[in-house]
Amino acid sequence: MAGLELLSDQGYRLDGRKATELRKVQARMGVFAQADGSAYLEQGNTKALAVVYGPHEMRGSRSRTLHDRAVINCQYSMATFSTAERKRRPHGDRKSTEMSLHLKQTFEAAVMTQLYPRSQIDIYVKILQSDGGNYSVCVNAATLAVIDAGIPMRDYVCACTVGFVDETPLADLCYAEESGGVSSLALALLPRGGQIALLQMDARLHQDHLETLIEAAMTACKGVSKVLDEVVRQHLQEVSVLTGE
Amino acid sequence: MATVQVSEAEKVYILHGIRDDLRVDGRGCEDYRHMEIETDVVSNTDGSAKITLGHTAVLVGIKAEIGKPRPMVPDEGYLEFFVDCSANATPEFEGRGGEELGTELSNTLYKVFNNKRSVDLKSLCISEGEHCWVLYVDVLLLQCDGNLYDAISIAIKAALFNTKIPRVQISADDEGGKEIELSDDPYDCMRLNVENVPCIVTLCKVGHRHVVDATLQEKACSVASLIISVTHKGTVTCTRKVGGGSLDPESIFEMTEAGKRVGKALHTPLMKLLQEEESRGA
Repeated sequence: MAGLELLSDQGYRLDGRKATELRKVQARMGVFAQADGSAYLEQGNTKALAVVYGPHEMRGSRSRTLHDRAVINCQYSMATFSTAERKRRPHGDRKSTEMSLHLKQTFEAAVMTQLYPRSQIDIYVKILQSDGGNYSVCVNAATLAVIDAGIPMRDYVCACTVGFVDETPLADLCYAEESGGVSSLALALLPRGGQIALLQMDARLHQDHLETLIEAAMTACKGVSKVLDEVVRQHLQEVSVLTGE
Repeated sequence: MATVQVSEAEKVYILHGIRDDLRVDGRGCEDYRHMEIETDVVSNTDGSAKITLGHTAVLVGIKAEIGKPRPMVPDEGYLEFFVDCSANATPEFEGRGGEELGTELSNTLYKVFNNKRSVDLKSLCISEGEHCWVLYVDVLLLQCDGNLYDAISIAIKAALFNTKIPRVQISADDEGGKEIELSDDPYDCMRLNVENVPCIVTLCKVGHRHVVDATLQEKACSVASLIISVTHKGTVTCTRKVGGGSLDPESIFEMTEAGKRVGKALHTPLMKLLQEEESRGA
């Protein structure tokens, strides 16, 4: 690896974390009153906002209606000021379209769509500040928003990006690590059943290492799921105090 | 939702209330809703601010980049505006749905803010005719509940106040060319003077009266509205009629007077708040 040393001899990473350590996750649910569900999630310096509308009647072309389940409609976008270099368009470019599709597939695997035939669920995610692991942060934020909207899911969907450096898997990559030429893998997990909702790897990796990497990703996702569960419980406690139950 | 359904009975209720200077949420005709401002929220930007006004929520990020000055004014920098009507605000904005509104808003912002009377554009010049700072002002609508213009203008003023532009050093190299060097010290930065930056006040004509900071329900009852940009001295820098209906000249005068009064009163508490937040952060 030229230039940057991603993992020091003492086992510390660029931002001082250990190899398996996640970034600090902070989240809030129900941030907007107008949407059916909303959540704001910070994972380190990556900040995302997710909003859910629905389930509601099909909007636009009715030809997309599914008669046995709900259609999940996702849009991923990034604020023009979210990256170090200013973006010209918030959405519609190739990467955002791909991300939207990934999100859609992930949530189709998790949401109990068969309960809402002929309807539509909109999930909109916006990256406000980007510092690596955009996809996983979006998934985690969207999970909270879907829960806030009261839409039944099989389980939390938790996602994490892991990388592989010096025979060691690194959990929850930040931008410096992602751009530092690490082969990274994004994984979305339904933790309770251990089902994988999405798996994506773009770089080269020896097949012998794949299992360790997936194993590390699953452990990281389970860590995220614990945090999300805590956020949801905390939120419900606050809400139930307010409503006097 | 950017559009609301208001029944006839509701309209009558809102109209009668406004006639008696008492609105649905208990406000008078010239009162704003509860407003919250937060600055320095996005660390990737040079200046940012988030404002919530009732249920309306707007995030503004400003990035400074080095560009070439416009040939007509070689000794001035300039501002660029982009309004992102994201689908987060309402599903109607999905895909290209928000583009029309976004263009309308950014064109108005351009007229209001990008002139040397509002912002000291000369201070954005680095070397005449060659380099200047370009401020990219990106507005992100997070939630829409009426009165977008006012919320956006206040957020922009707050973000401009918060903007920190790195200082530059120009040195000549051996071949007579110029070299620009940015300061490494994050505290060694230039601040903008936002004293003359105007705020926009939108007045909605509802029945025979006009209201400030209309909610979506009230907007549905109004025929047309007037947007006025006012400086801290009470000078009107821009007015525009928006909406489908028509206004008679008399009410335009009345509304301009009211807008001046409201706009002037808006600046002092805003500046005080921004300075307070600044001192707390330091």
